[in-house]
Amino acid sequence: MSIIVGYVPSNVGEAAVAAAIQEAKLRDEQLLIVNSSREGSLVDKNTASEEDLARVLDTAVKAGVSAQVIESTYRDDLTEEFLGLADKHEVSLIVIGLRQRSQVGKFIMGSQAQRILLQAEHPVLAVKAP
Amino acid sequence: MEFFGPVLDGFNVVLDPTNLLYCLLGVVVGMLIGVLPGLGPAATIAILLPMTYGVEPVTAIIMLAGIFYGAQYGGTITSVLLRLPGEASSVVTVFDGYVMAKQGRAGAALGIAAIGSFFGATISIIGLTFLAPLVASFALDFGPPEYTALAMLGILLVATISGGTKIKAIIAAAVGLFLATIGRDGFTGAERFTFGNLSLADGIDFVPIAMGLFGLGEILYNLEERHRAANAPVKVSKVWPQRKDIKEASGAIGRGSVLGFFLGILPGGGATIASLASYAMEKKTAKDPSRFGKGAIEGVAGPESANNAAATSSFIPLLTLGIPANATMAIIFGALLIQGITPGPQLINDNPQLFWGVVNSMYIGNILLLIMSIPLIGVFVKILRVRAAILAPITALITMLGAYTIRNSMFDVLLVVLFGAIGYLMKKFGFEPGPLVLAFVLGSLLESNLRRSLLVLEGDPTGFFTRPISATLLVLFIFVAVWPVIKSGIEKRKAGSLASTIASEKEKENA
Repeated sequence: MSIIVGYVPSNVGEAAVAAAIQEAKLRDEQLLIVNSSREGSLVDKNTASEEDLARVLDTAVKAGVSAQVIESTYRDDLTEEFLGLADKHEVSLIVIGLRQRSQVGKFIMGSQAQRILLQAEHPVLAVKAP
Repeated sequence: MEFFGPVLDGFNVVLDPTNLLYCLLGVVVGMLIGVLPGLGPAATIAILLPMTYGVEPVTAIIMLAGIFYGAQYGGTITSVLLRLPGEASSVVTVFDGYVMAKQGRAGAALGIAAIGSFFGATISIIGLTFLAPLVASFALDFGPPEYTALAMLGILLVATISGGTKIKAIIAAAVGLFLATIGRDGFTGAERFTFGNLSLADGIDFVPIAMGLFGLGEILYNLEERHRAANAPVKVSKVWPQRKDIKEASGAIGRGSVLGFFLGILPGGGATIASLASYAMEKKTAKDPSRFGKGAIEGVAGPESANNAAATSSFIPLLTLGIPANATMAIIFGALLIQGITPGPQLINDNPQLFWGVVNSMYIGNILLLIMSIPLIGVFVKILRVRAAILAPITALITMLGAYTIRNSMFDVLLVVLFGAIGYLMKKFGFEPGPLVLAFVLGSLLESNLRRSLLVLEGDPTGFFTRPISATLLVLFIFVAVWPVIKSGIEKRKAGSLASTIASEKEKENA
């Protein structure tokens, strides 16, 4: 069994990874780090650079957790891609970060986090940035 | 002062608020499409051609020229930050620019590229100011036979020098020449290849061909890439290069500017070849060539100066001889024709306002670009976040609308779609649309001048060789045409002798 965590290069993403590392250590399970980048545009601020991923991986290994970065891209729907990965690896826990989003903002932009919480068939741990 | 009078008048033209505004518009658009990989300056100018119908000729050409040299600045940005050259002329910038960005010196690379571009362009404009009137006064003696020879040479050079396979470029050029013959014969009035269609009787217009092949063709081709995954943004800081960087790069900037200026004048030359040649030269003259490819600042400064210098100087053959040197110039040639102006040796004397207005606008445009590319670079990097799936439909819509508004004719729109499909297939199978468009533009020039000179020479083709200029140009033409055959012959002989020596040495070893 393993734990999957969604990472984005922001303090929300860092908080999620930190929580996931702790949880993985506690349960003694493998940690899968996912940063899915969108197809189509050339630059996306949610895409992690290689250095970022290496650093996150390093932190996990230092904490004594066996971790692995999963390469992934999505076309239209991030939630579908992420939950698909969770199913494929038969994870025991999904860890995601939550960011502050206003009612109007959520109405217009939607919320990937909310959809993951509602649609996931595995337990979800949602973390807020400090 | 006789010489400088019209030059100074040109500044009056540029400083007209409308012209300044269009200059700004041109360079901003140029910079934007320079940043976006895929859509090149030729495509953008082709798409925006209909926009220039309603404005003064000077203003129109100032804007189109701005797009062309603005794109040379913008192309650098993605080369350095993402290892994706925005323009073909920035391909070599990737080698050292991207490495510099990896080392955290993205700002320095972009800054030095902008400064180098500015110097390259300015040196080239000054060269253009002095050289263009000279070339034009020389070309005033040109008659139809000279133009015939020059047009033939131009088509051949573009077909042989431009990138890609030679055979394919020559095929594309031949198709372009064929397309130029469609329509009513200018001398006898006979209809050719019109199939009785009234819309074809006046020949195919240049604009739908350019919009289709370059505009729509490239949009379709780029859509294939729409599923490429996004990259992480690169932080750009300290765009102002340090004194040490400037000192290291200044030699490269100077050499690149001069080299680019001369390569830009050659037909078939231009920005891409200039940047390649400059990189090779920098590598050769450097004390320590091993630094190249590992973040040498000369490897960014030289090519970037060269491509801007070449972009500027490629206006010389267009504005003085009426012969476009590359595909983008062919489209600007078309834009001038639409405005009722035939570029040629008479342009400087008949239309000094236009000539000097366009030339002097480049000073202003380059200053604007320098301002935009150093402090505002972050703003332009943001454009990279727009997805292709959003960008492509918008550009396609603008293209179609533009095609319709030229003559309010649906036939033109159909032509754009047809040539868009042809352009897409050409790119797919490795044919460059450049030679086709250039041969199409030069085709009608070639045909009318050939027939006119045959009338003058009373049907005797040897007459071309009795006139010194046309004879020289034709000898050059023959040389360029047979050179690849000679070259491969020499190489074969060399390889043959080498193979035989190796074989004999092996025999010795065995014995």
